[in-house]
Amino acid sequence: MEVLHQVLQQLINGISLGSIYALIALGYTMIYGIIKLINFAHGDIYMVGAYIGFFAITQVHLPIVPSLLISLVVTGALGMLVERLAYKPLRHAPRISVLITAIGVSFFLEYTTMYFVSPTPRTFPAMFGDVAVTIDSLGGIVINGQQMLILGITAVLMVILTYIVQRTKTGKAMRAASFDTETAELMGINSDRIISITFGIGSALAAVAGVLVGIYYNSIDPLMGIMPGLKAFVAAVLGGIGILPGAVVGGLILGVVEAFVSGFISSTFRDAAAFAILILVLLVRPTGIFGKNTKEKV
Amino acid sequence: MAEPMLKIDNIDVYYGAIHALKGISLEVNQGEIVTLIGANGAGKSTTLRTISGLLKPKNGSIAFMGKNIAGVPAHQIVREGISQVPEGRRVFAEMTVMENLDLGAFVRKDKDGIQKDLKKVFELFPRLEERKNQSAGTLSGGEQQMLAMGRALMSRPKLLLLDEPSMGLAPLLIKEIFHIIEDINKSGTTVLLVEQNANMALSIANRAYVLETGRITLSGPAGELAASEDVRKAYLGG
Repeated sequence: MEVLHQVLQQLINGISLGSIYALIALGYTMIYGIIKLINFAHGDIYMVGAYIGFFAITQVHLPIVPSLLISLVVTGALGMLVERLAYKPLRHAPRISVLITAIGVSFFLEYTTMYFVSPTPRTFPAMFGDVAVTIDSLGGIVINGQQMLILGITAVLMVILTYIVQRTKTGKAMRAASFDTETAELMGINSDRIISITFGIGSALAAVAGVLVGIYYNSIDPLMGIMPGLKAFVAAVLGGIGILPGAVVGGLILGVVEAFVSGFISSTFRDAAAFAILILVLLVRPTGIFGKNTKEKV
Repeated sequence: MAEPMLKIDNIDVYYGAIHALKGISLEVNQGEIVTLIGANGAGKSTTLRTISGLLKPKNGSIAFMGKNIAGVPAHQIVREGISQVPEGRRVFAEMTVMENLDLGAFVRKDKDGIQKDLKKVFELFPRLEERKNQSAGTLSGGEQQMLAMGRALMSRPKLLLLDEPSMGLAPLLIKEIFHIIEDINKSGTTVLLVEQNANMALSIANRAYVLETGRITLSGPAGELAASEDVRKAYLGG
């Protein structure tokens, strides 16, 4: 019973953490899907989102939901601005040039943020600390308030994103452009606009993840995006890069594996476990869980 | 005589350093089927891709309904009334037949008109209606060609550009497709057809141009070209 309780409890912790990875991984995978760029600055966008949320809560004294919305909108706009200034001029450049630019953007965001807010970590105000649900029928596992917030908001965002991508005209255009940009253009789809929207949505999701992590771990700093950025990349590759449900499933698996490794072995090994997954996927199934073998188009 | 619907005047197109089109001029009149024939690599597809805005000419002009469209981006060209069925069909394989057709009408807002045209497309290609909820990637080659054509028609084009519609299809299916091209033309859509299957193309076209390594070497009424000794030798298998 004790072991089962432990397993269930770690599962809850893992799914909460995995939801965060999923939110970041969605942006990675959407952007990769449409311009085949691993946007290494994505983790830093998430960090900026966390800071915007932090200032909205602590300086403007807004409640959580408006703070999330402000962070979502401002960070989304930042993502679009980054795309416009850094990536769009390289639309026809070799992929490696864009990749190196992404690394440059990453450093730029990290150190510009550091210049303005100082490298010292900031403490997020404690929220929902006294809310917790204990489920006795499952051996007394505890879901705390922050976890409920993470799960609830992630679920809402997934529903909205699915609706946008599957049902709206813009969503159809995104899928079409992501499958074949040139033919999408022939349909009258302005691919530059769709790419910009994709960066906006991806960055907005990362921003929400940033704020949620701030609330969950109570602490944010200008380099906080590096590790989750890499982890979310692993999640996106695990699920099959470019595939939206893949990012979600990959994120959740990664979160659960990390929680189990920390809970049953040692938290020292949790990062190692994440990257071991990356190596395994690349060795065994490079296209990821949902990936199909596709030939490179020429 | 009225102004031609499409008038290409002396365009040069480059792929990097490769000079793909060397001063091409051609005209398409309202209501015609015009075909561009020629060997692989002669520049047929390049010509179509330049008209549809995927490529930009370095020199020369392209006028459509009296408006210069050279260098206008592809997503704007559709709005002018030109729609292209690309080489290799290029259907959105992961989306359903219906979604593909919806995307064809992406630039339109007139819901009733779109419904009407959807009906017409299903009349032309009944098989698409049967498979409307199936993902496009699961269709056969011929069905994908039909979908690519139906998709292009959904923008209600004045001029339809067709790039190698016979590619990879069985002879019987090629006949069917060409028959449908004639039907589309009869219902009022002007057609510019690029084909390697010169026999079929000349049999339905009003006029034809022969392309060789980026230049137009011959042009005239399709019947005359089909009878010409040079064309027979080079493209019609003797």
